[in-house]
Amino acid sequence: MKYLIPKIKENEVTSRDLFENRREWLKMMGALSLGSTIAPATLWAAAGRKLGPLEKSLYSTTEEATAFKDVTRYNNFYEFGTGKEDPVKFADSLKTDGWKISVGGEVAKPTVFDMDQLLKKFPLEERIYRLRCVEAWSMVIPWVGFPLHKLIRAVQPTGSAKYVEFVTLHDPEQMPGQRSPILEWPYREGLRLDEALHPLTILSVGVFGEVLPNQNGAPIRLVVPWKYGFKSAKSIVQINLTETQPKTAWNLANSREYGFYSNVNPAVNHPRWSQRKERRIGEFRKRETLPFNGYGEWVASLYSGMDLEKFF
Amino acid sequence: MDKRAVNLKNCVLVAALLPLVFLVVRSYLGELTANPIEYVSQATGWWTLCFLSITLAITPIRKLFKFQWIFPLRRLFGLIAFFYACVHLATWVVLDQFFDFESMLLDIKDRPYITIGMSAFVITSILAYTSRKSIRLALGPQRWVHIHRLIYVIAILGVTHFYLIVKRDTTEPLVFAAIIAVLLAARFIARQKK
Repeated sequence: MKYLIPKIKENEVTSRDLFENRREWLKMMGALSLGSTIAPATLWAAAGRKLGPLEKSLYSTTEEATAFKDVTRYNNFYEFGTGKEDPVKFADSLKTDGWKISVGGEVAKPTVFDMDQLLKKFPLEERIYRLRCVEAWSMVIPWVGFPLHKLIRAVQPTGSAKYVEFVTLHDPEQMPGQRSPILEWPYREGLRLDEALHPLTILSVGVFGEVLPNQNGAPIRLVVPWKYGFKSAKSIVQINLTETQPKTAWNLANSREYGFYSNVNPAVNHPRWSQRKERRIGEFRKRETLPFNGYGEWVASLYSGMDLEKFF
Repeated sequence: MDKRAVNLKNCVLVAALLPLVFLVVRSYLGELTANPIEYVSQATGWWTLCFLSITLAITPIRKLFKFQWIFPLRRLFGLIAFFYACVHLATWVVLDQFFDFESMLLDIKDRPYITIGMSAFVITSILAYTSRKSIRLALGPQRWVHIHRLIYVIAILGVTHFYLIVKRDTTEPLVFAAIIAVLLAARFIARQKK
C-alpha cells in the first residue's frame, strides 16, 4: 500500500487492526463497485492515518487553516507534473514503504534513519504555519513534524559544517515528472546552518494530524515557513551538512529569479511579477505579503547587516 | 447574405461560447482548483490565443483549399477572440485585482508581461471597432487591410505575454508560438510567390 505507517504504539487514535481492516474493506468496495464514482484519490483520504499524540507549539499561528482538500489537491511538486492537480493525480506511484533518510557530510556520526527510528527518537509536534508560494498564493497548513535542529544535533556536526543540503528521491519510475528536464534532478535545496538550526525549521511527516499524503512530500519533507514554498524540499532521502553553499534546484534553473535565500519579501519582486501581495487560498481579496512571511520577529536577526536585495 | 452562411455563423458562435459556459458551470461545481481566479484567468487567456490562431488560419485555409465559404467567419472569429480577451482582462481587473487601480498601474508600468498584454488588448480593441462594415467602407479597402495587419502584432504580443508569465513549463506558449509562426510564414510565402 501507499502509505507506510510509522509505529506509534499504544497512543494511537485508531488501532492498527481496525485501520487496516477498513482499508481492506475500502479496497473490496472499490473492486465490487466497478465504474463507481469513488476515485482512488478519496480512498487515501479515508485511510489517512492519524498521528499522535502531538505537542502544541508556541510557533503555531491562530489563523484558520486552509481547507484539507485544497492543501492536498493544489500542489507544486514537479516530480509528478507541472499542473497544480498533477501531484494528487499521479503521486500514487511513489512508494514510501521502507523509506530511509541518510544524514551525513560534515558530521561526526553519519546515520541512516528509517521512519520508525525517526518517529521514536523525535516527539511529534503540531506546527500551524503560513505557507507563501513564490507564485503569490498562500495557505495556512497544520503540519506535523519535529524541529530539524534535533536531528542535526543527533548526528553531531563538525566545525566545518556551514550549510545543510536536502536531496529529494530521484527515481523516474516512481516520479514520472523526472523524465522531463524541467528542473535538474534530483530536486535539491539548501539552508545556511543557522537557518536549519532555527526552531521554526521543521521536518514534517504529516498534515492535519495525519500521515503526509504523497502529493505533499511524503514521507518526510522540510518546512521553512519564512521562505518561499519551493525551499521546503519534499520526499527527502538525503540530508548533507556541507562546508560550501549547496546548489539548489530553482537557483540552477534560473539564478536571476530564484536566489539561494528566497526569504519571503514583499520589497523584492520576482523579476516577472510582483511579490507585494498574495492570495490566501479560499479568500477573494488579496492580502499584503509580510516580510519573512510574518515570522520576522523570530528570524529577521539571522540576516542583520545583509543586503536582502542582493541576497534575495 | 445567404441562409447557409447565417446558419454557419450561428453554429460557430454557439460552439465558441461553450468554453465559457463550461467554465461557469465548473466554477459552480467547485472544479476550478483551489485557486479559481488564477484558473479562470489562465483559461480565458488560453482561449483568446486559441481564437486568435483560428482567425489567423482563415485566410491561409481559404487560399490553400479554395474554401470561399469560410471567409465570412474571419471577422466572427476575430470578434470572439476579442470577446475572450475582454473576459480575460475583466478577470484581472475584477477578480484578481478587485479594482485596485494603483496596483494595476504599477503592474502595467513594471511588469513586462502586463505591459505587453495591455498593448495587445488596446490594438485588439481598435481592430474590433474598425471591423464594422460602415467603418471599413469609410476607411477604404487598402487602409483597412493595412490597419488589420496589426493582428500579426497582436499574435506576437499575445504569445509573448503567455510565455513571460509561465513559471517554468513553457510547453504551451511554445506550441502557440509555433502555430502562429506557421500561420504568419504561410502569408509571407504566399506573398513571395506572387
